[in-house]
Amino acid sequence: MSSFTAEKQPRPKFRNINFPLLLTYRLPLPGVVSIMHRISGAALFLLLPLLLWMLDLSLMSEISFERLRGITANVLFKLLLVLLIWGFLHHLVAGIRYLLLDLHLGIDLKSARASAIAVYAVSLPLTFIAALKVFGVF
Amino acid sequence: MVHSVPGIGSKRLVVGAHYGLAGFIGQRVTSIVLTLWLLLVGVSVLFGPLSYETWAALFAPLWMKVVSLIALLSLLYHAWIGMRNIWMDYISPVWARLSLQTITVLWLIACAVWSVQILWRV
Repeated sequence: MSSFTAEKQPRPKFRNINFPLLLTYRLPLPGVVSIMHRISGAALFLLLPLLLWMLDLSLMSEISFERLRGITANVLFKLLLVLLIWGFLHHLVAGIRYLLLDLHLGIDLKSARASAIAVYAVSLPLTFIAALKVFGVF
Repeated sequence: MVHSVPGIGSKRLVVGAHYGLAGFIGQRVTSIVLTLWLLLVGVSVLFGPLSYETWAALFAPLWMKVVSLIALLSLLYHAWIGMRNIWMDYISPVWARLSLQTITVLWLIACAVWSVQILWRV
C-alpha cells in the first residue's frame, strides 16, 4: 500500500500570472482602470473610519466643525484628502463606466478602450479642480 | 393544488445558490443610490457659502436623515461586496479568508451603528 503513495507525483500547479511576470506585464488601459477601481475601493474601505469621523466632526457642533477646519488646514492632511478625492473620483467615474458596460453599452474593444481613456479624462481634471479647492486657490 | 417549483424539472438551476447574483445586483443598485445621494448633497453644498449653520441645516430634517442613512447603509453593503470579492480573489487559506470576512462584516456593522449616531445627533 505504501508503494502506491510513494509513486504519487505532486500535481503541477498552473498559475496564469506570478509576481515577477506582473512587473513586466503590459496591462491594457481598461485593465489599468479595472485594477485601480479595485485599489481605490479598498483604500476607501480602509479610510472609511476617517471619513465617518470627519462627517461626525462636521455635524456634531459648531466647535467640532471649527476643529475639523483646523485639522484640514494641515498640509499633510490636505495631501491625504486630495489622494482620497482622487481615489473616490476614479472609483465613481470608472463605476459609471462599469454600469454602462453592464447595460452592454460600449463593450466592443474600440469603445471599451475609448471609455477607459474617458475615465481618466474626466476623473483627473476633476481631481485637479478639487485639489485647487482643497489648497484654497479658489 | 399544483405548485410550480423553481429549481426542479427542465428549468432547474444547475449552478450554485446564486448569492453571487444578489451581490452583483446589490452592488449596482447601491452604487446608483450613492451617486444620487452625492448629487443631492453636492448640489446643496455647491450653491451657497458653506458654514456650520447651512451644513447642519441640510441634515436637520428627518427625511434627510433617513435618506442619508439609506445612503450610508448602501455604502456599507457596497463595501462588503467589494471587500468580499477581494478576500475571495487573493486570500486562499479558508481560515484567513473567513477571519478577514468576519472582521469586515463586524467592522461594517459597527460603522452602521456609528452612522446612526452621527446623523441623529444633529
